[in-house]
Amino acid sequence: MSRVLVGVKRVVDYAVKVRVKPDKTGVVTEGVKHSMNPFDEIAVEEAIKLKEKKIASEIIAVSVGPTQSQEVIRTALAMGADRGVHVEVSGKDYDLLQPIHISKILAKLALDEKADLIIVGKQAIDDDSNQTAQMTAAVLDWPQGTFCNKVEKTDAGLNITREIDGGLETIKTKIPAVLSADLRLNTPRYATLPNIMKAKKKPLKKVTPKDLGVDTTPRIEVLSVEEPPVRQAGALVPDVDALVGKLKEGGHV
Amino acid sequence: MFSSNARNLIRSSLINRCKSTLVVAEHNNEALNPITLNTISAAKKIGGDVTVLVAGTKCGPASEALTKVEGVAKVLVAENAAFKGFTPESITPLVLAAQSQFKFTHILAAATAFGKNVLPRVASKLDVSPISEIIDVKSEDTFVRTIYAGNAILTLRSTDPVKVITVRGTNFAPVAATGGSGAIEQAPTGDYASQLSEFVSQELTKSDRPELTGAKVIVSGGRGLKSGDNFKLLYDLADKFGAAVGASRAAVDAGYVPNDLQIGQTGKIVAPQLYIAVGISGAIQHLAGMKDSKTIVAINKDAEAPIFQVADIGLVADLFKAVPELTGKL
Repeated sequence: MSRVLVGVKRVVDYAVKVRVKPDKTGVVTEGVKHSMNPFDEIAVEEAIKLKEKKIASEIIAVSVGPTQSQEVIRTALAMGADRGVHVEVSGKDYDLLQPIHISKILAKLALDEKADLIIVGKQAIDDDSNQTAQMTAAVLDWPQGTFCNKVEKTDAGLNITREIDGGLETIKTKIPAVLSADLRLNTPRYATLPNIMKAKKKPLKKVTPKDLGVDTTPRIEVLSVEEPPVRQAGALVPDVDALVGKLKEGGHV
Repeated sequence: MFSSNARNLIRSSLINRCKSTLVVAEHNNEALNPITLNTISAAKKIGGDVTVLVAGTKCGPASEALTKVEGVAKVLVAENAAFKGFTPESITPLVLAAQSQFKFTHILAAATAFGKNVLPRVASKLDVSPISEIIDVKSEDTFVRTIYAGNAILTLRSTDPVKVITVRGTNFAPVAATGGSGAIEQAPTGDYASQLSEFVSQELTKSDRPELTGAKVIVSGGRGLKSGDNFKLLYDLADKFGAAVGASRAAVDAGYVPNDLQIGQTGKIVAPQLYIAVGISGAIQHLAGMKDSKTIVAINKDAEAPIFQVADIGLVADLFKAVPELTGKL
């Protein structure tokens, strides 16, 4: 029986078209719909599945960020996580927080909580870094199973099918391990209303990086955040013949 | 007194002398993955010496090819059974050993499944913050990358002593595969076999078509294709161009095609000369993977589909009629 730590991040909802701030310091996040990073929902779902199969004994959902991060912890609790840990970082500190910091926080919590498995999403859809699982595994010297498509518990550890560029690959890892969830690992469940109510009573602990002994000194300076170049507006063609004509004009055929 | 120009020249040559980049090559024990040439191109833009590391169970073909690559000074070779399957648990200590011997200022790899898997592990061991999928190099410490599915462009300065970076291949033209004269050298030896993980097997999608990320033309299908069988329409069209075939997430999730064909924020990022999107609505996450294509053609029956906002040439039509007609007329 193992204890699972799941990392969940509060991000701007995937359906929102983000806008860059006029002063080029970042994107507009105030008054914009946020939700749990979609890959993290998949990570939570996988942890719950492990618990349902009696492989996991307890699921701890962790989020690092401002007070509002507690919303995504509550969502994880409503899906089936047992308790939450909110690591509070806000303001400018949070703006410059990177996977290197998160990985140290997750690693410390995993040791404190005696977790055997850490599951996170393969990337957050805001910074698109795709680093946290790999870095957490490195801090702990645990094996990593990134971009998981399928995870099976065996007597010796885990059998993991991973999504790679040319197809799929299978690896075996020992436990403890760090996993990152790819899109096709599972379909996350919805939190039902009764479970959302119950989640409000589940324990949620609040700590700071300082409590955990993790230094969050920034490693980067943001010089600018800008709009991507706008593509020249194209034109509709009336039929296939006109399309063929345009392709010829462009030297494509 | 130096003129400011002369001073800058001296300053930049000093920096150039100090800079040295390690590129972790990608290969499959049989051939070099050409995306390594795009990564070397980014390394050259940073400046300084470029060393390439080839690790695997059979390094001959890739290291031979690399000695001829323009701008490569040295090829470090680490041939060992420990690197079977290129597991990050075995490659990381090797990169760290090379780093401790040569003190590189930059460590680069392509932003592929391999590079994304290995480099953050290396960075963590060096206690530096890696920089993912750069699209440009402004200076030795200043890089450009996209965030929010390509909807914002971040320019950042790294304050870490060693820059560990993955490179988006489509944003850097490959360096010439010939004309170089790199020297082959043994990488530092050590016991790199890891007990933590083990490669078991691979199931690669078989295809005679060009590789998606390197293809000049891509024909891509979405939910509008309605079934896996209907993708034959796209394969027929792709044959006319010698094109690769890609897909949207919807088409992958529906099981029409395997996941390694997915183009988008979480799939592959492509930038071909010609991208033909068929039956794809154009969600933000899909556009993130293809909007740097030179020419985008969209065929969709819904005139309101967001794909038409980025398409250079749009055809509002039923794909089941338009695509066979197009294939016939090419």
